[in-house]
Amino acid sequence: MAFTQPPLPFAKDALEPHGMKAETFDYHYGKHHAAYVTNLNNLTKDTELADKSLEDVIRMTFKDPAKMGVFNNAAQVWNHTFFWNCLSPTGGGAPTGELAAKIDAAFGSYEKFKEEFKNAAATQFGSGWAWLVEEAGTLKVVKTPNAENPLAHGQKALLTLDVWEHAYYIDFKNARPAFIDNFLEKLVNWDFVAQNLAA
Amino acid sequence: MRKLLQQLGFVVVGITLPFLLVIYQANAQTQTTPVLAPTGSALSANPAQLPPLPYAYNALEPYIDAQTMQLHHDKHHATYVNNVNDALKDYPDLRTQSMESLLQNLDKLPEKIRTKFRNNGGGHLNHSMYWQIMSPQGGGAPTGQLAQEITKTFGSFDRFKQQFNQAGADRFGSGWVWLVRRGEKLEILSTPNQDTPLMEGIYPIMGNDVWEHAYYLKYQNRRSEYLSNWWNVVNWSEIARRYDQAKAS
Repeated sequence: MAFTQPPLPFAKDALEPHGMKAETFDYHYGKHHAAYVTNLNNLTKDTELADKSLEDVIRMTFKDPAKMGVFNNAAQVWNHTFFWNCLSPTGGGAPTGELAAKIDAAFGSYEKFKEEFKNAAATQFGSGWAWLVEEAGTLKVVKTPNAENPLAHGQKALLTLDVWEHAYYIDFKNARPAFIDNFLEKLVNWDFVAQNLAA
Repeated sequence: MRKLLQQLGFVVVGITLPFLLVIYQANAQTQTTPVLAPTGSALSANPAQLPPLPYAYNALEPYIDAQTMQLHHDKHHATYVNNVNDALKDYPDLRTQSMESLLQNLDKLPEKIRTKFRNNGGGHLNHSMYWQIMSPQGGGAPTGQLAQEITKTFGSFDRFKQQFNQAGADRFGSGWVWLVRRGEKLEILSTPNQDTPLMEGIYPIMGNDVWEHAYYLKYQNRRSEYLSNWWNVVNWSEIARRYDQAKAS
C-alpha cells in the first residue's frame, strides 16, 4: 500500500481573509507536501517499510543514518498533514475546557503559553517546527529542526506550526514573528488540539 | 592553516587571557585567511557592519529578482549583523578579533553566546561572501589555474556544476553548498543553517545559499532551477582571487 496525501481540510483560499494566500497552499500543499509523499513512496518501494504505518516508519528510521532520507520524507508527510489540521478558517482565540485547564496548569496562563510558543517558533534557527506536546501527563512547548517531530521523541503532538521559510515567505516574507502572531490570533484549530489531547 | 590552528589550540592551554588575545590578534592579521575579500582584509567584529550590496537590487535579474535581493540583504543579512553585535556587546575583548577568528574558535566563546554567535556570525560571513561572488557581469566559466584544477578534480566544468548543484539540492532544510580546498584538493560539501566550513578551518572558495529565502519568491519549491540559473551570475574573477587565497593559506 502506497503512502497517500490526505486532502487539505479546507479550500486552498479559505484562509485568505486570515493572512494566508491560496498561492501559499498551491505550493505548500500542492508541491512541498506532495513531493514528500512521492519521495517517501520511491524510497520505500519494495522494502519492508512500504507496508508499515507512517508512524511506524518515522519511529523505525529516526536516527538511522542509512535511513535519513526515508525519515525526513516520512516525518514531513506526517508533519504537514498534522499542520493542515491545526489551521482553520474559524480558528484562533483561546482554548476552552480541559485543554485550557491543562495549559494553565503547565504554563501559568494562556498568555504565558503564547509567549513560550512564540519564542520557540521564532528561535528555531533555520528550518523546523514549533509544537505543543504532552509528555508524561504534562503539556510542554518544544521546537524541532527540519523534519524532526514529537513522535520520534516519544511525545504526543497536540499542536504545531511550520516555521520553514516556505510556510510563510509568500505571505509574510522574512517576518516570521508576524506569521506566528497571525497563526495564534486567527488560525489555531483548538478543537483539533483538544481531540489530540483526548485521544 | 589547520596545523596552525591546532598549534594555536595547543598553546592556548594554561596561558592568561590578555596574552591569548595578543596571539589571536596576531593570528587574525597574519595567519587567519580573510573570507571577505576585495580588500583582502578580515571581516571586523568591532562592530560588525552590513556591507553595501556591490550592485543594484535588480542587477542580477532575471536570475535573482530585485525583491529577493532587497529582503535578503536589507533584512536577513542586516538581522545577522545586528545579532552579532548584540551577542558581542558585553565582550569588548572578543570584538577585537576578526569574524573569521571567532568562527574558527567557537569553543573558546562563552557558552552563553556560542550558538547565537555561530548562527549569526556565520550568517554575516557567508552573506558577505555571497554578494561578492555574484555579479551582473557574471557567468561563463572559470579560467587559468582554477579552471585546470576543477577539470582535474571533477572531470570537467560541467560535471563540477552538476555535483555542486546536486549537493545543494540534497541539503535538507536550510544551508549552504560550498567549493572548498581541503589540504591540496578541491572538494564540494554542504553545511546546515549558517555554518561555515571555516568552523573546521577549511577556507570556502565559493558558496551558494540554499535557504529558501534566497530563492522562494521567484523559484518557490524549485530549488534545482535556482541552483542551475545561479551560474549565470557567478563572479569568476572574485572566485579566482579567493582560490589564490585558499592556496596561499
